[in-house]
Formats: sequence, structure tokens, C-alpha cells
Amino acid sequence: MSTDPVPPLIRIRGLSKGYRRGGQVIPVLLDLDMDVATGEFVALMGPSGSGKSTLLNLIAGIDKPSAGTIEIGGVDIAELSEGELADWRAANVGFVFQFYNLLPVLSAQDNVALPLLLTSLSSRERAERARVVLRLVGLSDRADHMPNELSGGQQQRVAIARALVSDPLLIVADEPTGDLDRVTGEEILGLLERLVVEMGKTIVMVTHDPKAAAHARRLVHLEKGVLVDEVGA
Amino acid sequence: MFLLRLLLKNAFRHQLRTGLTLIGLVVAICAFGLLRTIVDAWYAGVEASSSTRLVTRSSISLTFQLPLNYAQRIRAVEGVRAISWANWFGGVYITERNFFPQFAIDPASYLALYPEYVIADADRLAFLRDRQGAVVGRGLASKFGWQVGDPIPLRGTIYPGTWTFTLRAIYDGADAKTDENQMFVHWAFINESLRQTARQRADAVGVYIVGIDEPNNAALISQRIDTLFANSLAETLSETEKAFQLSFVSMSEAILVAIQAVSLIIIVIIMAVMANTMTMTARERLAEYATLKALGFPPGFVVGLLYGESLLIAGLGGVLGVAATLPLSAAFAQATGTLFPVFQLSALTMGLQLLAAAIVGLVAAAWPAWRMSRIDIVDGLRHVA
Ligand SMILES: Nc1ncnc2c1ncn2[C@@H]1O[C@H](COP(=O)(O)OP(=O)(O)O)[C@@H](O)[C@H]1O
Ligand SMILES: [Mg+2]
Repeated sequence: MSTDPVPPLIRIRGLSKGYRRGGQVIPVLLDLDMDVATGEFVALMGPSGSGKSTLLNLIAGIDKPSAGTIEIGGVDIAELSEGELADWRAANVGFVFQFYNLLPVLSAQDNVALPLLLTSLSSRERAERARVVLRLVGLSDRADHMPNELSGGQQQRVAIARALVSDPLLIVADEPTGDLDRVTGEEILGLLERLVVEMGKTIVMVTHDPKAAAHARRLVHLEKGVLVDEVGA
Repeated sequence: MFLLRLLLKNAFRHQLRTGLTLIGLVVAICAFGLLRTIVDAWYAGVEASSSTRLVTRSSISLTFQLPLNYAQRIRAVEGVRAISWANWFGGVYITERNFFPQFAIDPASYLALYPEYVIADADRLAFLRDRQGAVVGRGLASKFGWQVGDPIPLRGTIYPGTWTFTLRAIYDGADAKTDENQMFVHWAFINESLRQTARQRADAVGVYIVGIDEPNNAALISQRIDTLFANSLAETLSETEKAFQLSFVSMSEAILVAIQAVSLIIIVIIMAVMANTMTMTARERLAEYATLKALGFPPGFVVGLLYGESLLIAGLGGVLGVAATLPLSAAFAQATGTLFPVFQLSALTMGLQLLAAAIVGLVAAAWPAWRMSRIDIVDGLRHVA
């Protein structure tokens, strides 16, 4: 292995995470090291309960490690306070969830524009950017639809648009095709691939479906809290 | 704008639930306002009474009467400017349900002491001239559809027999506090009849109304009057008209306190109901709030959403509640007829209704907002599946 002159976007060292249940601590992640370069599309695989979601949540800054460092873009997010972490997420992370997690009372466009409320953009600028991103995911004609008027695949595209709208470097996706049929799932994965290839985004995606993982350019296997092997795709 | 839209849409997400909560709020705010108005109405008589008038009555009880010849002796007391008297007539108009107060008065001196009963000069003269004449308040006249010239038959309870009076004048109150639901007849007319039928009851007076020159001397003058009749067969008790009215009201003080307590309890109940609604609502949206927090929204944003929604619903309920109280209190005044001299929803009560609604909204959101501001994002997101 040659030393990479460019530092990785994500640099995890000695990461451990345990959950306290009753009196004892149940370890989920054990002394884990991992690097992700900018522009990588990583699929996190492993059996159910192996800690994939836990690792993803730690990378996304919505959970705190028991030990270790998570440096992202040079910032150790394990050190940040709740408030700093919230600001950091708003600026740096786009979220894609298995069940889309759109606000049911907002139209597709308003859902996409939602994260921009945390910026200083005017309402016109917010709406304009939301429209641009919706066009990017191919949903220009659905801007005024409510989530319950959209198919699962369309809702996930809206969610991807929402993840993109504040232009973060990193996008995390937990089983983004888990609730979709094969064909629709393929479309979503194709869209995610495009974000990496065409826009230079970095994606960490949890999946237990090998076919889904095939879209990623790197597979990471997690087994009982440790990375067992890495396969370059 | 965006946020207001979000609040509105959230508030009416469960139309049935929000609708029922709104109905509860409107009923509670309305009941609160009505009960307060009842208490206000109760005290209205006291507020209307003048501090330049004293009432002198038997020190034993109101049902004991005073001799007519006290009039001159009271008039002679230092500080007394005018004197008149009145007897409670207590007649029944057709049925007991039609209750309204009637007084047998010495017309000229009495009306002179009550400038707040405004009567056209010609009508006043007609009333003074006709010993069988009567004058009634505008409220009473319109309730029974009486017009000047109409005969008004009353069945006597204190003074036996049927008495028919002729309506000679209708008075208007000088202001909203003036009781427009009374009837006045000639004391002399009744007294004359008593002289023939029940001699021992004649020439007796229920209460003397004493006009004084200086309100600040009320206590002193009262004392002078009562001293004058001390150790006589009919000792007197003099007090300001306000104190006299209060002695009626205070008999029912316990009821008033109960009414006020009930009005507050109603607000506490709707508070609990709405807090329950907001808690349910917040729990259902756990995953949404967790999502918002994941996207980087601070806990205060979620808190603001919940408070905003709660205040929106409560505010709407408050406004609708006040709007409903206006016609309802009018209908209530109509239904209770002459029981309350003045029955009016005051600006203060409307303000308190809106304040109560706002407090309900704030209190209802407190617990869910606190909970939701503290949810763990990962736990909250797990609630989707
Ligand atoms: N909040 C929690 N409290 C206790 N145990 C948890 C909690 N979250 C996850 N776990 C446990 O951690 C392990 C890994 O969970 P997770 O990361 O969700 O697995 P995966 O996504 O790979 O299916 C599981 O055994 C799960 O029961
Ligand atoms: Mg998982």
C-alpha cells in the first residue's frame, strides 16, 4: 500500500460503541478503524444486528461513540457538543432513510427546501434551490405533490433531493432501497451512483442486499462489531 | 410564512381530533365568560348605587317596618339633604316566574333622589298625578310589551288583593349600570287602602332613602340618625346604599365564590384535555421530530413547533369562544329576564377569556415540548418502522 497524499474524508480510529442495557454494557462496535476517501461510494454490509446502523449513525453525527475518534474533514465530531454537532450536520451531512422520513404535511418542494431554513437564504432562494434539486432527481413535475401522493420510489427521490439541497460532502443512507421493489430500488441506486460520479459526493450506505451493494465502489463487511474484510469493487 | 403554513397544516392534520379539542375549548372559554358575567351582574347593583344616599331600616330586620313620622325627624338631622321612602310591594304579575322588583314609593321625593331614572317630563307629571299610576324601567316594559296607558294587574302577597296599576311612564337608565327592570307605584295609594282594611299596618315604611350632602360624612350621618332612634320601640340601622346592596350580595357570597371556582375548574379541565391531545400528537410525530433534529434543527425548533401549534389551536378556540359568548350572554340575559338588573359581557371578561385560552395553549404544550426537546435522535428515528 502506498501512502495516499490526500487525507481521507472520514478517518475513524479505535471506535467503540456499547449500549447499556440493565446493569451491563453490550458492545456493538469494537475498536474499529476505517478510512473513506472523498468521492467514495461505500456499502456497509453485514448480518442484521452486526452494528451497521450504529456505525452509520456515528459517522453521521447523530450518535456518540463510547471511545475513539471520528474525524470528518479534519474535525473530530466525537468532541463536538450537541449544538455544534447539529450545526455540523446541517452543513455537512445529507440523510437518506429507509422510510424516507418526509414531513407528510409538506409538499415535495417544501420538504426539499426544509433544511435551507437553517441557512440565511431568502424564501425565494430556498424555493429556487429546491426546484433545481428536484429537477436533478427527475421530479420537477411533482413539486407540489404531497408525500402520500407519491410512490415509494418518488418519495425516496424527494428525500435524496432534501439530502442534496444544502450541498453536503457526505451523504449517509441506511437501507435506502429496503422498502422498495427491485426495479425502483435499482433506479434509486443509479441515482446515488450519479451523485458520486457526476457531483463528487461521498456516500456511505448501509445495505444487506448484495445486489444493492454492487452499485457501490467499495464493500465493507461488518461482523459482530468488527470489520472482517474489505473488497474493492 | 413557511413556518406558519407548517403550523397550520400540523394543527389540522387530525381534523377530528383538532375539531373536538376546539369544541371543548370553545365550550370552556364560553362557560368561563358566562360564569364571570353572572358574578359581574350580581355585583352590578352595588356598583350602580350612589354613595350620596343612605338607607335607613329597622335594626331588627328588613321585614320590620318603621313609623312614617320618622321622615321628618331624619330630615332634620344635620347633613341630611333629602328624604324619601319605599316599601317592598312583592306582587305577582300573572305567574311567579315573572318575578321583578316592585316598590311603593313616595314619588316626588324618591325620583328626585334617583336622577339616574330618566323620564320624559310629561310622563313624569302623568305618573305623579295618577295615584294608581306606575312607572317601569325600559327593560321591563319591553319584556312584557307594556306601553304607556296599559293596565298592569298585580296579585298582592304582602298586601292582599289584586291591584291594577296604570302604566304612566317608562324610565331609561342614565348608564349601563342602571337597573331597568324595576317598577314603582304610589306608596300613598297602598297606604290609603291599608287604612281601610288593615289599620295597624298603615303608615309604615320599609326603608328610608336619605340624601346626604357630603359622601365623606356618610358614617357620621348614619350614626346621628341611629342615635336619634336609639332606645325607641323601632331602632334603626343606617348605612350607605352600597353597603345595603352588599348585605344582599354577601348573603350569596358563598355561591359567588363557588361560581368563580367552577369557572376556573373548567379552564383547568380543558388544560388537561388539551395537554393530553398535544402529548398524543407529539408522540405520534416522534420520528418527524427526530428527523428534524437529525437534519440539524435545534431542540428549540421542535419546541417552537409544538408551542406554536398549541397556541394556534388555543387562540382559535379563544376567539371562537368569545364570539360564541356574545350571543349566548344576550340569550342568557333574555332567559333570566329581570333576575339580573344588568347582564353584559364586559371587555375585561373578554380579555380574561383570551388570556385563559393563551394560558391553556402554553400549559398544554409544556410537557410534550419538554419531552420532544430531549428525545434521542437514534431512538426517535427507530419509531418509523
Ligand atoms: N439504543 C439501543 N439500545 C440497546 N441496544 C441497541 C440500541 N441500538 C442498537 N442496539 C443493538 O446494537 C446492535 C446493532 O444494532 P444496529 O446497528 O441497528 O444493527 P444493524 O443495523 O446492523 O442491523 C443490535 O444488537 C441492537 O440490538
Ligand atoms: Mg440497521
